[in-house]
Amino acid sequence: MSDDHKKKEIDELSGVETTGHEWDGLKELNNPLPRWWIWVFIITCVWSFWYFVVYPSWPVPGGATEGTSGYTQYRELAMNQAEITARQEAYLSKFEGASYEQILQDPALYAFASAGGASAFKDNCATCHGAGGIGAKGYPNLNDDDWLWGGALEDIEQTITYGIRADNIESRVSQMPAFGADELLSREDINAVVDYVLTLSGGASKSNVAQGETIFMEQCSACHGEDGKGMRDFGAPNLTDKIWLYGGDKETVFETVYAGRGGLMPAWEGRLDENTIKQLTIYLHELGGGE
Amino acid sequence: MSWNSHETLEKNSILLLIAIILVVLVGGIVEIIPLFRKETVIEPVEGVRPYTPLELAGYNIYIREGCYNCHSQQIRPLRDEVVRYGHYSLAAESMYDHPFQWGSKRTGPDLSRVGGKYSDAWQTAHLVEPRDLVPESIMPSYGFLLHKGAKLHDLDKHLKTLRLVGVPYTDEMIENAEKDAMAQATGEERTDIGGLQDRYGESVNARDFDGQENMISEMDALVAYLQVLGTMVDFETVEGAK
Repeated sequence: MSDDHKKKEIDELSGVETTGHEWDGLKELNNPLPRWWIWVFIITCVWSFWYFVVYPSWPVPGGATEGTSGYTQYRELAMNQAEITARQEAYLSKFEGASYEQILQDPALYAFASAGGASAFKDNCATCHGAGGIGAKGYPNLNDDDWLWGGALEDIEQTITYGIRADNIESRVSQMPAFGADELLSREDINAVVDYVLTLSGGASKSNVAQGETIFMEQCSACHGEDGKGMRDFGAPNLTDKIWLYGGDKETVFETVYAGRGGLMPAWEGRLDENTIKQLTIYLHELGGGE
Repeated sequence: MSWNSHETLEKNSILLLIAIILVVLVGGIVEIIPLFRKETVIEPVEGVRPYTPLELAGYNIYIREGCYNCHSQQIRPLRDEVVRYGHYSLAAESMYDHPFQWGSKRTGPDLSRVGGKYSDAWQTAHLVEPRDLVPESIMPSYGFLLHKGAKLHDLDKHLKTLRLVGVPYTDEMIENAEKDAMAQATGEERTDIGGLQDRYGESVNARDFDGQENMISEMDALVAYLQVLGTMVDFETVEGAK
């Protein structure tokens, strides 16, 4: 059979050489590969050789060949970040050292801070505080002007940086006691004080209000104030408005007094850089009727 | 019969077999050898430790519930991802995951650095009913985790098995697996966590994660796992070490 092969048999119909293989009388034509295919093949071979040389590709002891371009994804990232920093430089150079007062007075810086803050808010804060800062049960609404720990720029910045009851030494800390669970007050006393608290924001007065007021003055006024208007040093909410963090129906307020509360806001120091925290501060100040 | 003709190969089965083996060997070597040299691509960073038994129980629940179907744990070195999620993931951060949870698709956000980003109460409330906190969420509810006790008694076997594949659990860790899990879910105020800290470091999170003091639920385990994700490496010490 190998001798047949050397004979170069030409197929009569097509005039093309056959391979000499025969199956039940059928013979295979030996057409050449298409030209375009050969060229693509050669080009990809050349390209892959070039890639081997220019990019990191071949594993060698201790890592891989680096390639003449020195490309790594990390370097590309650093370049991309540098490019953005350069584009922001016009603002950042002024923003970085500027005091809040200077930023508020400079419309360009203010717009820069506000836009950056809005974007950082969506990525980091909206999960708890809701889209647009609308809040959720236990997570304050940031649109109103009712501030727990203070609404001045410095207060907001401190809250964002160090958090509330967070794992950070500078964090703001306070504790609403669990008056019922820890048996500081009887159920009846709690009922009375809850009824009294509800009257502060315009609820109907009940017969036990006097008892409730006495207990309030003894147990609650140290943090919430004798007038129930709250104290920011303790993050104690104002009880005379109709803004409630956990809910203002009797059942929820009872639960609050019975079991205590202590929401946690993480510290963002380290997770967000200083400029971002500054931008967020200005955004929130603007959003919620800052002071 | 010429040496370089196809016919020679095709008509000598032994020769063909040898040729096939040679070709497959090349492919095999190229694919397999790098796996034996894995340590060369894992950056040496400090701080990555094996999961505590409770975190491991949470990791197992994470896999059981198929969280990886919608959440990735891999921040790629791309600018937008780094801005949104934080420092890109390092190989060292998932070297003790068997299997790793990089995922391939994000229906929900990436979770590699979710540890410490939200409070325990938020994580618990969100797992119970995601829409209470994020109205537009399409994540399923996992409230049943609160009522199911975490399976702690066989954790030592999990640790032992992981040690077989190279996770550096010590005999002491394996022996105390169940005890450590209970201590971590109970917290410093109500129990002694000294042993847990000796074995897994001072910074281990030990507290009642789900707010139910009377039981150690699967919620405790899962939240403990989520709260440690991406927090082990101190990036201030590795910056510039790439």
